Amino acid sequence: MGVRDLNLYYQDFQALKGINLEFPKNQVTALIGPSGCGKSTLLKSLNRMNDLVEGCRIEGEITLDGRNAYRDIDVNSLRRRVGMVFQQPNPFPMSVYDNVAFGPRTHGIKSRADLDAIVEQSLRDAAIWDELKDRLKKNALGLSGGQQQRLCIARALAVRPEVLLMDESTSALDPISTAKIEDLVGELKSKYTVIMVTHNMLQALRVSDKTAFFLLGEMVEAGDTDDIFTSPSDPRTADYVAGRFG
Amino acid sequence: MSHVHLKEDIAKALFVAAAGISILAVALICVFLFANGVPAIAQIGLPEFLFGTTWRPANDVYGIFPMIVGSIYVTAGAIVVGVPTGLLCAIFLSRFASGRVAAVLKPGVELLAGIPSVVYGFFGLVVMVPFIRDNMPGRGLSLLAAAVLLGIMILPTIITVAQSALDAVPKKYYEGALALGADHERAVFRVIVPAAVSGIMAGIVLGVGRAIGETMAVIMVAGNQPAVPGSIFDGVRTMTANIVLEMGYAADLHRGALVATGVVLFVFILLITMLFNVIKKRGEMK
Repeated sequence: MGVRDLNLYYQDFQALKGINLEFPKNQVTALIGPSGCGKSTLLKSLNRMNDLVEGCRIEGEITLDGRNAYRDIDVNSLRRRVGMVFQQPNPFPMSVYDNVAFGPRTHGIKSRADLDAIVEQSLRDAAIWDELKDRLKKNALGLSGGQQQRLCIARALAVRPEVLLMDESTSALDPISTAKIEDLVGELKSKYTVIMVTHNMLQALRVSDKTAFFLLGEMVEAGDTDDIFTSPSDPRTADYVAGRFG
Repeated sequence: MSHVHLKEDIAKALFVAAAGISILAVALICVFLFANGVPAIAQIGLPEFLFGTTWRPANDVYGIFPMIVGSIYVTAGAIVVGVPTGLLCAIFLSRFASGRVAAVLKPGVELLAGIPSVVYGFFGLVVMVPFIRDNMPGRGLSLLAAAVLLGIMILPTIITVAQSALDAVPKKYYEGALALGADHERAVFRVIVPAAVSGIMAGIVLGVGRAIGETMAVIMVAGNQPAVPGSIFDGVRTMTANIVLEMGYAADLHRGALVATGVVLFVFILLITMLFNVIKKRGEMK
């Protein structure tokens, strides 16, 4: 997945300016930068969640497997292929099982055996099967925040996406749940391309392979995470990763 | 300092008095109903009163079974007509209507709530009853006419309550569904509507309460024969109609029997209110 010459406007305000970025397969890319820098906006345009924002308009190209995500791919199948985990855990107010099965059912899987298999596999992939296997019929809103978020990851995995977007997905969680999800991301990249927005620079350093630094709608610098944190080429990046602003 | 205290005390007394008046009103109605109704029921005999199928005041025979059945039938019919229509309308208003369509529809629904029931009854009598008489069996004054008319009358209650329940569903559920590749319709019907189900049920129960208590419009179109109807084209008499139609000239045991009908109606409304509270509590617990 990648973006080319991406400009994004909310009404007259330009939120992203000429972004060029490739997200390598089976790697974790972290988008970092201070609040309002456009990193979440970029993430949300990758699966077209920005379509919900009135007055949002984009120029340039977003591609998935070389095809234009806005022109050549139907929006619903784009969102199936590019899954998303939100900042706040948002399990539906229904059972754990129905939460995970919602996506597959949406895409036409009806057989009980198939759904059972997908639900189990997705919960295993999200490292929460052991905790939830006896509570599949329980309402998902009764889970703890960390469990809810991993359930949401399982729910996103259940539709077999190619790319997984994570929008500050640990910022509402306690440190232990955060650590669990960070470990999980490390495992997920063997099967998925992961793109994460994070406020936590240590998290980016721990989890990601590539890092892109954003400031005021521009992408200042992108590259291997180690290089960005140890020998950034732009002084603004150096200031930010050293914690001098943000 | 004491000046402020005095003001607060006066205000507090006013509020307590206002609250007290509402409670007192309910209590007085209860006392009146039971004091006048229960002796009559005792004299007639509870089984004979509730399950007797003959209502003939001239012979002192007071069985209100046909009226209980009539109220239930008419209300059930109103649910069949009003609930699907009201629910779909609420879903449309909440999640599909564009700003301009909603701007016309919402005041329309509110207007529907403000029309006096005698005007509904008149509409039923002049438009619906002749239509049924001309196109279907029976004389037009029927269970069918009453049910359809009541179904329309409970629409505003169901629409307003269901719509606010739907509007209150957090945006994150909708976004979550969309992010999984669901289209708008699927997100609305499989995620938002189930999430709002307790509020929707509350709206339906309130509608039922309104339907079972409605009097004027029903009297004008239902035919009012005190007999269990054999089909939806037969006339029907509800408990409310029974009271209104005969209260003007009733005396002694007849009058007591009518108040007792009110007692039964009161118990029905009490049950519905309790059901409403249970549903509301269950919704809050989730």
